[in-house]
Amino acid sequence: MAQHESNTTLIWKVFGFLSLVTIVEVILGIIKPHGLHYTNFLGTSLLNWIFIILTLVKAAGIMWYFMHLNHERKNFLNSIVLPLIILIPYLITLLLIEGGYLHDTLAPLVNWKY
Amino acid sequence: MKATTADQVANVWEGGTTKPLGASYGKMMMWFFILSDALTFAGFLSAYGLTRFKFIDIWPIADEVFTHFPFIHGTYPMYYVALMTFILIFSSVTMVLAVDAGHQMKRNKVITYMFLTIIGGLIFVGSQAWEWKNFIKGEYGAVQLKDGKIIQFVDKEGKQIALEAFATPDNQLVEHTRNNGLWFSEGKTTYEYTTEGIVEAFKHNPSVGIRLEKINPETKQKIVIQDKAEALKFLEQSSRVVRGANLEVNEYGSSQFADFFFFITGFHGFHVCSGIAINIIIFVNVLLGTYEKRGHYEMVEKVGLYWHFVDLVWVFVFTFFYLV
Repeated sequence: MAQHESNTTLIWKVFGFLSLVTIVEVILGIIKPHGLHYTNFLGTSLLNWIFIILTLVKAAGIMWYFMHLNHERKNFLNSIVLPLIILIPYLITLLLIEGGYLHDTLAPLVNWKY
Repeated sequence: MKATTADQVANVWEGGTTKPLGASYGKMMMWFFILSDALTFAGFLSAYGLTRFKFIDIWPIADEVFTHFPFIHGTYPMYYVALMTFILIFSSVTMVLAVDAGHQMKRNKVITYMFLTIIGGLIFVGSQAWEWKNFIKGEYGAVQLKDGKIIQFVDKEGKQIALEAFATPDNQLVEHTRNNGLWFSEGKTTYEYTTEGIVEAFKHNPSVGIRLEKINPETKQKIVIQDKAEALKFLEQSSRVVRGANLEVNEYGSSQFADFFFFITGFHGFHVCSGIAINIIIFVNVLLGTYEKRGHYEMVEKVGLYWHFVDLVWVFVFTFFYLV
């Protein structure tokens, strides 16, 4: 608890940034630019990649400034962040590959002609 | 330097005098709780991802499901969840301002900001309840085929229309509730429409087409069939009328969609509720001057961590349920 000076201006700046990112997301989600929505890249559309990256930026902003990870000691920070960035992408990768396989195997069996 | 035994006993609730990672015991445990909770949510969202990839060609399009805005009629995709996201981010800001004021021992400011945070949380939970209400009630209604597929109805332009727009309510059956039948049992939900009535109305109404769950990969829109003969081949398989959503079936498409929506947003909403409860407890303690006496406002910081985590999860739920 060494920080006794006020960080109010920084907090409002971060809020402004997070709001801006959300507004950009919503605008993109509503207009769905043709070039982004229909261009595929690594299994999903470019638009979806933009959403995912913006989401990760927002999450990092919240953790870094609002949850004060920037004030924590580096080894404490690592003990929290490393498990998350190792385990979650690992799980997601495995499950999404499995989901894709299930789709490739099961979808052809569904009858769409009567 | 070694702490004396007396010191350790006095501080035992705070985890003794040793601070392994430069953080107090309570704060560290809050962080590790958040870590495990984050992994739980990651598990849920990954399971959602798996199911979505499994049914990637028939998954409902979120823009067509969540289209309501309070006090305004018509379809406004996304605006309402965007508003909810803002409310939650804003309550996160007031929380961090409360923590900041706590560092400077400004009690009145902590009170104001904690109060605003609680209000923000309540508005968010209320919004979520409203979102659930619309989702459960449904808007257009649909027909389910014998093999479980959902068939929706569209007009000439391919825009979805409600059952009321072309069919007449012809179901004679009254729903068996505790009020009108055996007091100890309830029957199945009955709808005003019957599948026979809908098919008959469909035959006689030239401007009505059907829409399948299946997505055309080229246009990324659901496949619409305007040709009567072809559409009737589907409708001949009808087994029941569906309106709204529950855990078994929903009018939007895959039943898994509603299951995951209820479960993940429900679990998140539960976190928001407990966050509000904890915030209220801390708020009362601030009012009573507990932390003023203690000499520091670290408890505000700890609940702040939890509250930010709730916001953090919502950022992901927002992306994966509404945007992607």
